[in-house]
Amino acid sequence: MGKASYALELKGITKAFGTKVVANQDVDLQVKYGEILAILGENGSGKTTLMNMVSGIYYPDKGQIFVDGKEVTIKSPKDAFDFRIGMIHQHFKLVDVFSAAENIVLGIDDGQKYNLKKAKQRIREITDKYGFQIDLDKKIYAMSVSEKQTVEIIKVLYRGADILILDEPTAVLTPQETQKLFAVLRNMKKDNKTVIIITHKLHEVLEISDRVAILRKGKNAGMVNTDEANEQILTEAMVGEQVDLNIERKEPKDPQTRLVVKRLNVKNRQGENALTDINFSVSSGEIFGIAGISGSGQKELLESIAGLQRCEKGSSILYTDSDEVEQQLVGKTPREIRKLGIAMSFVPEDRLGMGLVGNMDITDNMMLRSYKNGKSEFLDRKKPRELAETIINDLEVVTPSTSTPVRRLSGGNVQKVLVGREIALEPRVLMVAYPVRGLDINSSYMIYNLLNEQKEKGVSIIFVGEDLDVLIALCDRIMVINSGEITGILDGRTAKKDEIGLLMTKTNGGADNEAK
Amino acid sequence: MKQNKAKKSEPLIRITKRTDVSLKLGIIVRVIAILIALLVCGIVTKVFTSDDPISILKTIVHGAFGEGRMLVTLHDVALLLCVSLAVTPAFRMKFWNIGAEGQVLMGALATAMCMFFLGGKVPDALLIVIMIVFSIVTACVWAIIPAFFKAHWGTNETLFTLMMNYVAIQLIEYFLKIADKSGSNVVGPDLLSHGWFPQIFHTDYVLNIVIVAIITVLLHIYLTKSKHGYELLVVGESENTARYIGINVKKVIIRTMALSGAICGIAGLLIVGGASHSIDSNIAGGRGFSAIMVSWLAKFNPIVMVLTSLLLVFLSRGADEVSSKFGLNADFSQILTGIILFFIIGCEFFIHYQVHFRSSKKAEKEDK
Repeated sequence: MGKASYALELKGITKAFGTKVVANQDVDLQVKYGEILAILGENGSGKTTLMNMVSGIYYPDKGQIFVDGKEVTIKSPKDAFDFRIGMIHQHFKLVDVFSAAENIVLGIDDGQKYNLKKAKQRIREITDKYGFQIDLDKKIYAMSVSEKQTVEIIKVLYRGADILILDEPTAVLTPQETQKLFAVLRNMKKDNKTVIIITHKLHEVLEISDRVAILRKGKNAGMVNTDEANEQILTEAMVGEQVDLNIERKEPKDPQTRLVVKRLNVKNRQGENALTDINFSVSSGEIFGIAGISGSGQKELLESIAGLQRCEKGSSILYTDSDEVEQQLVGKTPREIRKLGIAMSFVPEDRLGMGLVGNMDITDNMMLRSYKNGKSEFLDRKKPRELAETIINDLEVVTPSTSTPVRRLSGGNVQKVLVGREIALEPRVLMVAYPVRGLDINSSYMIYNLLNEQKEKGVSIIFVGEDLDVLIALCDRIMVINSGEITGILDGRTAKKDEIGLLMTKTNGGADNEAK
Repeated sequence: MKQNKAKKSEPLIRITKRTDVSLKLGIIVRVIAILIALLVCGIVTKVFTSDDPISILKTIVHGAFGEGRMLVTLHDVALLLCVSLAVTPAFRMKFWNIGAEGQVLMGALATAMCMFFLGGKVPDALLIVIMIVFSIVTACVWAIIPAFFKAHWGTNETLFTLMMNYVAIQLIEYFLKIADKSGSNVVGPDLLSHGWFPQIFHTDYVLNIVIVAIITVLLHIYLTKSKHGYELLVVGESENTARYIGINVKKVIIRTMALSGAICGIAGLLIVGGASHSIDSNIAGGRGFSAIMVSWLAKFNPIVMVLTSLLLVFLSRGADEVSSKFGLNADFSQILTGIILFFIIGCEFFIHYQVHFRSSKKAEKEDK
């Protein structure tokens, strides 16, 4: 082994879904031994599909795969492991009630008796070698996202993978956790393992990779050595045209307090505090950012304002508009809030599970907010259809027609439909949760522009984000929350990324530091 | 090394999901499925009974549509359709009500009780009005009970509605004991002699068929055009979305089940007041369960359900005819019904998925 020039080579890989969607077309790729290769591309450019074919989830329609210079057929993830290829998916596949060690050994049939103690010893060899920090006896449900990811990576290494594929590994991590992950990846590289990392974050590509393969619309769009690349070059290769990467930020015009949250306490289903003593206020014409590790209470906070959460006694959310009448929102249902004449729009994190109905077409989804209007017992589908057509035109939604079920649309288009509908309500308060998650660069900038437009109209915007660079560039103020508590409210114009990162993990010191 | 073991070979069969299913493809696949089903039926018949398969198939058709049978068949279709319509709003809400049997029985029981206790004491016209109201309300309440528990405490509706079927059966048995002291397990037309629905063209069936036809159209409009129909669809798809847009989820669950129950009540009413003028614990005849299949096969579309209920009734009546005419065991007709249903339901797979076989060209290359 080791004679071949490439650890992994793909030739002319083509994969289509149905007759219309071609996910990959004639893609070639060469991966060297002991390198970190980044696969860069916008969402829907076929990165994940390509790697799924290498890891045995899909089977290519055409093309050849070579491992160590030999042509192979990979029919299942098990085959992939036989060729020492392991993939860490974006959505973790772990058993919640099992411990880390149990998950790692799960499903391995090596013909020997199940011996957790021995297995743990072997796992520990791996963790020491690459510098993982993990408590092997900790149950998955008690773990942070970063710990779960660590378990997934160890799982793949334990199965003897020499080629590791990581699908958007940093999407759920804080800057500090990302650094830890990168350190581990560098250790693997030293050990002559081959790492393929799928991503669309440019600065990470530049930081960690040796070479970058770029995909655009399912086809090869270039392969560059990282030290010869910069953000502008990569973006242009990825998008296929010049893109302005600056986000504009105007000073809020005539800001007036619109929303005052006081002593907001919310308990989750288990009776634990999801939000503790939250106090802040949002003005008209500002973008108020919220940063935090996912699951720090962002969802509960937005849902409390929208009238979807039960708040504890003493909580107060006051809404004031230009008429200067204060309205208490706590204890009201979404419908009651609307009846008060408060136009509040909410783009929830769970787009297809909450904001939209996946099985309904675009027109019917447009009606979700407005179908109750009018006295008639029957639906008026004419106006929603017109709205659907307007949004499809204005926001460049790619869809066969207004009667296409939204679940068939790509992530970016789903989000455009949702944001478009919420903005069409002409809100006074607009709440958006992770509005650009999974969106390509052009769509993301379109969303930022839409938010800025609303800001100029005097709308109060609450923006829950995960990309700190974007939060710093877009928001007027940034509130950092951690485990349901505010750890700081910063000025967006002066805030530093490290500072926010530290606040995100402040009070409990970060769950993953406790391990070990 | 393990690598050497896995040689280069494309998997023999691969399955991919079709993203766009055309209407034409759907029809072609279904027609082929029915043809294959008939062929298999013929072979099975020949092998096991050595009767002529063609004449058996003819008998099936004759059993359903032969002289003088048309109206009975249509009436059976109407009753099955009525129950199928009843379960459909709940199914569209993803509320798996398998208690239609019991709800129909309760409607039938309420009707029979009115006829038994009030018959002759009030004018017939008034009695019919009371029967209508009482049967609908009873079945409605019967359906609301599980809905209420589901809405407030998240109980499992499937188990709950199933169990209530048995309660309904026992209640009918109890009524039979009171009404007919002789211990018969049927209370017949002699005891339920009042409150019969008027006949049209000298038969009971036409009125029932007309009523069900009207309900079909109304329900179709309700489900596709009304705000209620939209709300129940949203609740079924995602309770989170429903809450997000301010729908009162509990109210919608209970309201929809009330509607399901009401239509079941009408089915019970039509069976007792409009056709049999008798009651026993088997009067729903398993329609509450067949209805589930009718509704699913039609993808919860009331208009398509006319066809699917026709199919089921056609099969069962034809099969009955076969077993009696050829002196075969009744089970044999059920085997035939089963074969045909197997193919009709099984063909859905080929409509939604595409099967790729290893192309022969590549296989040749491998051999070299």
